[in-house]
Amino acid sequence: MTIWKYGDDINTDMLFPGKYTYTCSTAEEILPHLLEDLDPTFAGTVRPGDVIFAGKNFGCGSSREQPVLGLKAAGVRAIVAKSFARIFYRAAINQGLLLIECPEAVSAHEPGAEVDIDVEAGRITVGERVFSFPPLPSEILAIQEAGGLLAYTRRRLEAPGH
Amino acid sequence: MGMTFAEKVLARKAGLESVVPGQIVMVRPDHLLTHDNTAAIVGKIQPELDTFGLVDPHLPVIVLDHVVPAASEKTAVSHRNVRAFVQAHGVRHFFDVGAGVCHQVVVEKGLALPGTVVVGSDSHTCSYGAVGAFATGIDRTEAAALMLRGETWFKVPPTMKISLHGRLQPPVSAKDLVLAIIGELGADGANYAAVEYHGDIEGLTIGERFTMANMGIEMGAKVAVFPVDHQTRAYLRGIGVLEASYLAVEADPDAVYARTMDVDLERIEPVVACPHRVDNVKPVTDVLGLPIDQFLLGTCTNGRLEDLETAADILEGHQVARGSRLLVAPASKEVLDEALGRGIIGRLSAAGAMILPPGCGPCLGAHQGVLAPGERCLSTSNRNFKGRMGCKEAEIYLGSPATVAASAITGKITDPRTLA
Repeated sequence: MTIWKYGDDINTDMLFPGKYTYTCSTAEEILPHLLEDLDPTFAGTVRPGDVIFAGKNFGCGSSREQPVLGLKAAGVRAIVAKSFARIFYRAAINQGLLLIECPEAVSAHEPGAEVDIDVEAGRITVGERVFSFPPLPSEILAIQEAGGLLAYTRRRLEAPGH
Repeated sequence: MGMTFAEKVLARKAGLESVVPGQIVMVRPDHLLTHDNTAAIVGKIQPELDTFGLVDPHLPVIVLDHVVPAASEKTAVSHRNVRAFVQAHGVRHFFDVGAGVCHQVVVEKGLALPGTVVVGSDSHTCSYGAVGAFATGIDRTEAAALMLRGETWFKVPPTMKISLHGRLQPPVSAKDLVLAIIGELGADGANYAAVEYHGDIEGLTIGERFTMANMGIEMGAKVAVFPVDHQTRAYLRGIGVLEASYLAVEADPDAVYARTMDVDLERIEPVVACPHRVDNVKPVTDVLGLPIDQFLLGTCTNGRLEDLETAADILEGHQVARGSRLLVAPASKEVLDEALGRGIIGRLSAAGAMILPPGCGPCLGAHQGVLAPGERCLSTSNRNFKGRMGCKEAEIYLGSPATVAASAITGKITDPRTLA
């Protein structure tokens, strides 16, 4: 598992350049351009199970969802940040991508430190230190547990009495 | 205990007596804005649309604006697919290429009214706070789910109150004001929060309020809203919206705010946001003389009639500097027609400006004015992120229409106070 570390205010143009927004919408189209203007090594080397650590306001800027779709498709296990921009946060819930807002865990991370995440227990271990993060509200957990908003919506539409 | 604007709107829409920050409520938005990305949104849910249909043909407002007219076969196909969806499902509010930037069109057509909830698959949906709407951006997947069910959740935000005092001193404008506020608060200064502007707002036109609400997202805000006053009501009357058709929502005098901020408008001076962050705001006097290759006047932030007129007045009797280019993209066809009728477009063209069709133009780097490595642009738009205008080795500065026009004459960043 690789830990990718980035700073504050990583905007969605850095995560996925705006010039591709209206020509790339599938995972195959998005993946080669992921983080292109931030870290050109990312797209070629990211592996399933990798974790991203970042500073505050991760995902600010445009509402484009390609960054979330791409990171989910690349198999990124979680993004741990000091804070997230709100549209990015919603988009991640809607795709079932795990975001953990935990400034202490980000500050505690040193290069080479092992990271372990236990979602059910709401616990993240960074090196020797253990931090807890709060569970999602039940309405939102239902979306995540369904596998994302579209799966959740399909289930609701197909429910008897809809 | 009193409620803020956001609390009152969300309580009313959720059918609750009251709500508190942090509470999750289910809401049926009044409108859902989508633009060129409608094709990708609809593509996610084609089987469900075939089976269950569009929840309500009045819900979506679709405006083709981002890459218009189509710049490639791929974008042309995407536009064609949007038109087919509109036709198949009887979408009532559709505006084809050439109508203008979606946010300007939504407000001009009276589709964002005081007290309503509008969501859009575009981060600058927050613009409609200019006319007292609760308006915010969402992702494409959420837009897709809304087309099927018409309902979504909101977490009631904490609210920040920004009180304005005094009057701006022209040529200082609302763009300078909002950039100064963002510079002070930072790019996440209002993250997750609702921003309410209060105080001396009567000196700000609806267009200026639009500029300020538009940039709410650049400080992280969920919504940025102005109270509805006589100017708002007059504007809405002017576009044919009857007062009986909306219910303005006003924060209670004893509402509880998470944070307050006071701004003395007399002290605001011309500023620019320097690369590559919107909150990297400096007085224009700090960067005087910096050579500029391309100027952009337009976008949903500053492409309205008053912006074009301000620039035309400053450029009167001058020419765009040799070696620089000035692109003008009116925010909508209505703006274009009005500016043509009043001779503003003619004056801009005579000064050497290149007039683009109404739409987003080069703002997002897809076409119509992409920058080359090493080039520098001074723009009235809202984002200067690295790569935003198509090239990560270019630099974007953000400023007001007056600063852009004054600088276009010299080809360098210029203080508009020295020319006005």
